[in-house]
Amino acid sequence: MSDYLQVDVERTLGDLSLRVSCALSAPWTVLFGPSGAGKTSLLRVLGGLTRPDRGRVVLHGRTLVETANGAWVPPAQRAIGFVTQRPTLFPHMNVTANVAFGLSGFSRRACEERVGQMLELFQAGQLAKRMPADLSGGEKQRVALARALAPEPRLLLLDEPFTGMDADLKVSILEKLSTWLAEREVPALYVSHDVAEAFQTAADVVVINHGQIQAHGPAQVVLAGRREQLLRQLGEGS
Amino acid sequence: MDQQAIFLTVRLATLTTLILLAISIPLGYWLAFGRARWKPLVEAAVALPLVLPPTVLGFYLLVLMGPRTAAGRAVSVVFGHPLAFSFAGLVVGSVLFSLPFAVQPMTSGFRSVDREILEAAELLSPGRGRILVRVLLPLIRPFLLTAAVLAFTHTVGEFGVVLMIGGNIPGVTRTLSISIYDQVQDFAYTQANHTALLLLGLSFLALLIIYGRRGRAGV
Repeated sequence: MSDYLQVDVERTLGDLSLRVSCALSAPWTVLFGPSGAGKTSLLRVLGGLTRPDRGRVVLHGRTLVETANGAWVPPAQRAIGFVTQRPTLFPHMNVTANVAFGLSGFSRRACEERVGQMLELFQAGQLAKRMPADLSGGEKQRVALARALAPEPRLLLLDEPFTGMDADLKVSILEKLSTWLAEREVPALYVSHDVAEAFQTAADVVVINHGQIQAHGPAQVVLAGRREQLLRQLGEGS
Repeated sequence: MDQQAIFLTVRLATLTTLILLAISIPLGYWLAFGRARWKPLVEAAVALPLVLPPTVLGFYLLVLMGPRTAAGRAVSVVFGHPLAFSFAGLVVGSVLFSLPFAVQPMTSGFRSVDREILEAAELLSPGRGRILVRVLLPLIRPFLLTAAVLAFTHTVGEFGVVLMIGGNIPGVTRTLSISIYDQVQDFAYTQANHTALLLLGLSFLALLIIYGRRGRAGV
């Protein structure tokens, strides 16, 4: 896969000064770094939830933001799925309505079909009529994943979405998610604290700290010899 | 009891409430999420009727609606008659006087919505109108109810503004609160008591609805 994402942005948020310049090409990129390193801030800039002070973001050749000429694509028009650590389902809608929310422009039948497929993918078919208040944390997270993928985004941003999920379920969901993304050639940028995960998913790794990229490359190269240091950093940050 | 005044007051309050809801939804949204530097200016202007004596507001409205000002003359052309001492003028005055009672609950409601839920909606839906109708308004339903009930009851109970800009014309501008004033002036205390009891009951019922709903919604 050639570079699908080019990022060159600066953004000051309180004490954090985010300065990131990189190009991503791997289908699965893990973003490592201690708490407060700027991982979530970077995802928010990519998703369009935070405007950079300076710079540009280009996804699949399409400029999403370029401060020099004022170019700005609103979040919903970026075709980016974003799943955060805390599942934010719409509390007044049932699971089906939540997943269907991003499917404007679909016929009713196509919408029902897509919702059903996404819920089945994340083993949540039986939750279709339930309200978010009646779901466990893990169930909410699976529904949030189904909702983010339903409109078939061109990039998926995952900000520690499996925190607190049962380990077996997490492996199963990760497998299905990876397959789904691979089939559609949708790349994912995944914030994780789990070093082992980077090796398992044969991912590229971006190590970020103090708002800047410290290393970027294949997991085996970047993490080799840095395992102890990374674990220590993560331990200090959390 | 003054049936005419009851009918007129309910008509005035209903119309005022509907207009205020139409104004307070976009205005409350803007006050909650807007970033304009001059937002405090608008907030202060909206809240002004809370601290201003009703007679002051009524006086300026009377002057503005009168034939001596350009605004008054322009409005006369639109309505075909001066707004002062008319039902339409009463509606304008009521809307302005009750504005904070509708706008402030709506603003609080919009501000109470979890930022992350709003962001999730922004990531999934390109239309602000769709987000407003499908996500925000259902989430702030208790605040919407509070705005509607407060706007209605406050309009029912207003006296100073109504007297200043509407006078006391039976069937046109004589509302229940003016009717009580008239009855007391005429020493008709029994009648005044009946009308006052009606307003007391109505106000208490309105507050009961607000607090009852808030309790159930956990607001």
